[in-house]
Amino acid sequence: LSQDSIDEDVWDEIEETLLLADLGTEPTLELVDALRERVKVEGSRDPQRVKAMLREELLKLVDPSLDRSYLPEPHPDRPSIIMVVGVNGVGKTTTIGKMARVLVAEDKDVLLGAADTFRAAAAEQLATWGDRVGVPTVRSDIDGADPASVAFEAVSAGIEQEVDIVMIDTAGRLQNKVGLMDELGKIKRVVEKKATVDEVLLVLDATTGQNGLAQAKVFSEVVNVSGIVLTKLDGTAKGGIVVAIQRQLGVPVKLVGLGEGPDDLAPFDPEAFVDALLEG
Amino acid sequence: MFNSLSDRLTATFKNLRGKGRLSEADIDGTVREIRRALLDADVAVPVVRAFVAQVKERALGIEVSESLNPGQQVVKIVNEELVAILGGETRRLNLAKNPPTVIMLAGLQGAGKTTLAGKLAKHLKAEGHTPMLVACDLQRPNAVKQLQINGERAGVPVYAPHPGVSSEFDTPTGDPVAVARDGVAEAKAKLHDIVIVDTAGRLGVDTEMMAQAANIRAAIDPDEVLFVIDAMIGQDAVNTAQAFHEGVDFTGVVLSKLDGDARGGAALSVASVTGKPVMFASTGENLDDFEVFHPDRMASRILDM
Ligand SMILES: Nc1nc2c(ncn2[C@@H]2O[C@H](COP(=O)(O)OP(=O)(O)OP(=O)(O)O)[C@@H](O)[C@H]2O)c(=O)[nH]1
Ligand SMILES: Nc1nc2c(ncn2[C@@H]2O[C@H](COP(=O)(O)OP(=O)(O)OP(=O)(O)O)[C@@H](O)[C@H]2O)c(=O)[nH]1
Ligand SMILES: [K+]
Ligand SMILES: [Mg+2]
Ligand SMILES: [Mg+2]
Repeated sequence: LSQDSIDEDVWDEIEETLLLADLGTEPTLELVDALRERVKVEGSRDPQRVKAMLREELLKLVDPSLDRSYLPEPHPDRPSIIMVVGVNGVGKTTTIGKMARVLVAEDKDVLLGAADTFRAAAAEQLATWGDRVGVPTVRSDIDGADPASVAFEAVSAGIEQEVDIVMIDTAGRLQNKVGLMDELGKIKRVVEKKATVDEVLLVLDATTGQNGLAQAKVFSEVVNVSGIVLTKLDGTAKGGIVVAIQRQLGVPVKLVGLGEGPDDLAPFDPEAFVDALLEG
Repeated sequence: MFNSLSDRLTATFKNLRGKGRLSEADIDGTVREIRRALLDADVAVPVVRAFVAQVKERALGIEVSESLNPGQQVVKIVNEELVAILGGETRRLNLAKNPPTVIMLAGLQGAGKTTLAGKLAKHLKAEGHTPMLVACDLQRPNAVKQLQINGERAGVPVYAPHPGVSSEFDTPTGDPVAVARDGVAEAKAKLHDIVIVDTAGRLGVDTEMMAQAANIRAAIDPDEVLFVIDAMIGQDAVNTAQAFHEGVDFTGVVLSKLDGDARGGAALSVASVTGKPVMFASTGENLDDFEVFHPDRMASRILDM
């Protein structure tokens, strides 16, 4: 009954692969323990078989059965509203540009709202993306305008113009900044005076380490995040922190960012994600 | 949430008082705790491995006495080793003997380069310098405009002969290498004593873009190449730092977004993998949110003490 035919090196290697993918110590240790238990029960001696089990266990964690649809059901009388939130520099504005492109290709009428009134040239950046993909942007002429007012204006314009979808870009903010998080909550509440916010997408940079979990927790508390967009997966980072996020918060990853161009967006594919993660 | 590492280490030594020298068995649990703490702080796996081995060696043979808690002694060792890797003393910017001093910024997308350009300019201007900014990111939509606004806020001129990608020009125009070279010439002609060159964000694996960065470096022969890295980065810090180390041979590191609550283990990873000092900390979105890096504070932060 020697499960030791799988020697410690194999276990170390597995542990290291998971840690290097930013899965985090707790999920890693749990996964390795579960695997050791399975190996013991099944009496497996073949390292290849163990690796196949690892893939299965990881895929189970990532949960291919989760609903990952990111296009809100259309309302008969008003636009759907998608809000995009996250910490600084993760790819919110770029993701909105890419999503708008997808929506336009599906014959949707889209309007962008530039509720990042803070960062230098943020509204210009969003408007450039709008021009690129052929959708208009509502923005304020005044630097530092109240972001909630701009979001409200955008939604009002969207209702008036009978568009299908309004996408609201927000300023990057670190989740430990209470004032900025309050401001984000206010943006959502103000929009909700006019329409329901159907989708709140939290953008997470795949290079992010363990702080990603704190980001997801706090943003979820403040604006009830409905899905995650995992960006910059075209680099060497694996984005393993989303496993803990999905597990602890039940918020599914819906989309992935794979570059800086308008077409570099794809639906999240659990199998591809797990394979890339285990590739090392 | 958890007790501090310090508390947990003290707990692992609870039963050890008056026992003589620490043995390997005595410190096993401790070493596990340290490893865990470093991994939770996003220190890269290979860096953790080397670091823990080093600490273990020093911890073996600690004399356990009635007066000194071995847990605290180990924490002290860990802390000393961390500070040593993080750079010990802080280094100042290298200024050129013959001005202008050329400073190039490089890093991943969204790391904080363009913001840092404004911060550095403002800081150096306050010290009596006459900096000029150069807009070499012709790729990210409105990156040039962003730098121009930061320049305006810092009260320094921005050399931007090409608008880059913007509503009117939605594909890149202009050559970033030429802009960098001309920018330095412009600074010389206008007698600016410092030039700060902002570049586009790029991935370590993007060989074409990395070659462009290397070409910019070769064209302007900078006195400092600052690698800007987000304090929230996880295990990828090693790959990225190595790629930029090989690609642009940076001279110093700036850790950005330290106003967040990430523990910032990347600081340790980058410093130990490349041997380059962390010089500055970027601590907010405003141009004044910028300070000299303090290795001792960073060590405590990583250890959550
Ligand atoms: N390689 C890569 N780069 C990306 C991706 N998504 C965004 N970027 C780049 O990341 C940088 C930041 O993107 P933005 O869209 O401005 O990010 P943001 O979250 O809106 O930033 P703030 O509004 O400043 O908080 C830009 O250089 C983008 O081109 C991606 O999927 N892959
Ligand atoms: N909280 C915080 N935000 C920062 C800091 N430095 C930069 N930012 C923000 O991070 C985001 C990205 O900053 P940029 O300066 O545009 O980053 P970049 O490296 O030039 O990005 P690219 O040019 O797209 O590669 C912006 O929202 C900045 O306001 C910092 O130290 N703290
Ligand atoms: K990847
Ligand atoms: Mg943005
Ligand atoms: Mg930039």
